[in-house]
Amino acid sequence: MATVFERPHALCDTPMHYCPGCTHGIVHRLLCEVLDEMGIEGETIGVCPVGCSVFAYNYFNCDMIEAPHGRAPAVATGVKRSNPDKYVFTYQGDGDLAAIGTAETVHVGARGENIVVIFINNTIYGMTGGQMAPTTIPGQVTQTTPFGRDTELAGYPIRVCEMMATLSGTALAQRVAVDTVPHIRETKKAIRKAFENQKEKRGLSIVEVLSTCPTNWGMTPLEAIKRLQDECIPYYPLGVYKDVTAEGGEK
Amino acid sequence: MKGNEALAEAAIRAGCKCFFGYPITPQTELSAYMAKRMHKEGGVFLQAESEIAAINMVLGAASTGVRAMTSSSSPGISLKSEGISYIAGSDVPAVIINVQRGGPGLGGIQPSQADYWQATKALGHGDFQLLVYAPCSVQEMVDMVVKAFDTADKYRMPAMILADGLLGQMMEPVQFPEIKANSIDKSSWAANGHGNKREHHIINSLYINATDLEEQVIERYKRYDIIKETETDAELYLTEDADIVVCAYGATARVVKSAVNTARAEGVKVGMFRPKTLWPFPVKELNQASQKASKLLCVEMSMGQMIDDVKLAINCSKPVSFFGRTGGVIPTPDEVLEQIKSL
Amino acid sequence: MKYDILLAGFGGQGILFAGKLLAYCALIDGKELSWLPSYGPEMRGGTCNCSVCISDEPIGSPLVLTPDLLIALNQPSYDKFIGSVRKGGMAFVDSTLVDATVETPDIQCFYVPATQMETDANLPKAANIILLGKLLKETGMFSDEVIRKGLEKLIPPKRAHLIDNNLRAIGMGMNV
Repeated sequence: MATVFERPHALCDTPMHYCPGCTHGIVHRLLCEVLDEMGIEGETIGVCPVGCSVFAYNYFNCDMIEAPHGRAPAVATGVKRSNPDKYVFTYQGDGDLAAIGTAETVHVGARGENIVVIFINNTIYGMTGGQMAPTTIPGQVTQTTPFGRDTELAGYPIRVCEMMATLSGTALAQRVAVDTVPHIRETKKAIRKAFENQKEKRGLSIVEVLSTCPTNWGMTPLEAIKRLQDECIPYYPLGVYKDVTAEGGEK
Repeated sequence: MKGNEALAEAAIRAGCKCFFGYPITPQTELSAYMAKRMHKEGGVFLQAESEIAAINMVLGAASTGVRAMTSSSSPGISLKSEGISYIAGSDVPAVIINVQRGGPGLGGIQPSQADYWQATKALGHGDFQLLVYAPCSVQEMVDMVVKAFDTADKYRMPAMILADGLLGQMMEPVQFPEIKANSIDKSSWAANGHGNKREHHIINSLYINATDLEEQVIERYKRYDIIKETETDAELYLTEDADIVVCAYGATARVVKSAVNTARAEGVKVGMFRPKTLWPFPVKELNQASQKASKLLCVEMSMGQMIDDVKLAINCSKPVSFFGRTGGVIPTPDEVLEQIKSL
Repeated sequence: MKYDILLAGFGGQGILFAGKLLAYCALIDGKELSWLPSYGPEMRGGTCNCSVCISDEPIGSPLVLTPDLLIALNQPSYDKFIGSVRKGGMAFVDSTLVDATVETPDIQCFYVPATQMETDANLPKAANIILLGKLLKETGMFSDEVIRKGLEKLIPPKRAHLIDNNLRAIGMGMNV
C-alpha cells in the first residue's frame, strides 16, 4: 500500500504537551517537513525558548539547545558563528521574542545573522496562564489586563515584522497564519524560503506565525480560529514585509 | 605584556575558537586584542549587543563543543549571571573572565576583590559551583586560562578567572608555555548536528519533574566532590615556621608578600597563604600552612569575603583577623606590615 | 639591583611611553619587572602616572608609593610626589614647567629644562625622554646597547624613524 501521509522524520514520535486546538503542532510539523524536504535534519541545530514551546527539544529530531528566556537569538548566534555551515533556527513565542528578548531579536536582524527565527504570535503568555503579551491587542482581556488592554496604562502592541523589516540585515520578514489550508500552505512556503535564505547566506529570516491559544483566550478551538481571523489578522496584516530576493525587495 | 592581553593570547593558544564580549572598563583591552587576533586565527570575535547576549552566545557556541569565552568586569558579570547559571545547568564547559572593579552598583573602575562571594558562592540562581582561579601575576593569567579551559572541559562546567583591574592593566614579562593539543572528546554530548549518524543531542537545563532535577543536581555535586579533592591549588610562602599566616589572593597577595618580606627582615615569624583556586578552596593547604601558626590575618580588597572560607577551612580553631581596603583602594605594604605587627 | 620608579605628568606627555621604555629595557636586560599605569575613564588629558618596578628578585607589590626614582613632568605631579621619594633617592624634574618649591635635603634632585630643550632642538614631545636620559645617566641602569634594543622593541617598525629622535633625546638628557 502506498503511504500518502506520514509523520516527517524530523518530528519525534513523542506525544506533545500542547493544549487541544493549539496551533503549535501545525507549525512544528511544517518546520519538520521543510527539514525533511531539504534533507538537512542532520545539519540543523534548533534553539528553543522559554514559554509554551520550551519542550520543543523533545519534538524535533535535530540537535536542540534550550536557551534562557528571550536569549534564543543570542544562543543561535553563538551556534551559527562557530558552525557557519550548519542550519540554525530559533522557535520563539511573543513574550520571549518581543518582550524580554527584544534586544536579542533586533540585533540578530541588525547583524544580518544568518539564521531562521520562527515567531509564534498568539497575543498572550500561554505557559504562565494567560498574561498580557507585548502583542496583546488593545482591549483584549488577559489575566493582567482584566478590563481589557488599556493603552493609556499598558501601552501599545509591537508589530514585529514591520519593525524587523526596517533593519538592513533582515533578508525576509513575513507574517503568515495557520487558520486555513491556504494560509497553512503559505506558512510552509515562508518557512522553506527562510531556510533557503540561510542556505544562500542572505541574512536573518523571520517568519511570524499568527497562532491561537484557545485555553487562555477562553474559547473553543473553532472560536479561537474565528478570533484569529476577525481580530488578529486585521490588526497584524499578513504579508511579506521584506524579501531581499523579491523584485523591489520590500512591500 | 598587559594582563588583559595576556589573558586573550593565552585563551587563543589554548584553543579558544569563539570570543563574545561587550565593552567595559577595566577589561576592554582583552576584547580589542581578541578582535585583532581572532581575525588572523580564523576564529570568531563578536561584540554582542549586551553582556547578556554575550554570555548566551558563549552558551550557544560551547553547546556545539567548541571552546568559547567571554570577559567582563563586575557590573557586567552580574548581568551574565543568568547565562552562567544556564551554562552550569546544561553541563556545558565555558570560560568567563572577571576583571574586578569596585562595587556595588556602578561602583568605580579601580581594582577590587569584592566579587569573591559572587564568584565562589552565588554566580546565578540555583545549586551550582564554578571553578574559580585567582591569578596574581600576568604569567599566572596565562597559565590559569589554559588550566581553566582544560578543567572546564574535563568536568563539563563553567570556569572563571577572577582577576582585578590591577592585574588586567599591569604589564609584566610573560612566557607562553607550549600548549599541548587538548582534545577532550565532546562527541557524546555536543549539539553540532547529528549528521544522521546518531540520536539527537539536547543541551538543556530544564527538568520539570522535581526528582529528575534533584538527581541531576546530585550527580553534579558528585563531580564537585572530586574537584574539591583533586583540583585545589595554593602558594605557601614562608609558612613552615610562621607564627602568623597572612591569607590573601590575587593582586593583594603581592602587596602582602612585600609586607611579609619586610616583617621577616625585622624578625617577625610571618608567612603567606595564597589560594590559587578560590573554588575549590584549598582547605588542606591552608591547614598545612597554618600548622605552627597561632593566628591568621586575612587581607582583601573588600570588606571581608574570603575570610569566611578561611575560618571555615580551619574550623575557627585559631583567631582570624581581617584587614581590607575597598572601593578600588589598594592596601599598601606598610598598612599590612602595621597589621602584622599589631597582632 | 632594585628600583621602584614613578613617572608622572599630564596625559599626552609620554609618561606611559617612558615607563614602557624602562620596562622593555629591563625585559631585555633579564630583570624582573612590572609596569602599572594609573587608569581612569578619561581617554586623553588629565593627570597620569605610572609605576615601574625593576629588580633582580620577583616583584611583590607593583604599586610604587615611595619611589627610589621620580620623574615629574608637571607642577601637580611634583607637588604630589616629591615628598614621597625615599631617602637617598633621586628626582628628575622638568624645570621649564615646574617651580621648585620644596627643599629636598634627603634626596638628589635634578632640575632639567626638558621642555625648553625639546623646543630648542626642534624635537617635539621629547621632554619625557630627555628626563629619562638624565635618569639613565645618573643611575647607570642600562647599557647603551640595551636602551637601543628597548626602543627598537617599543617602537613599531612602521615608525622606525622615531628611534633616532628618541636616541637623540636620551643623549641630550645624558649630557645635561
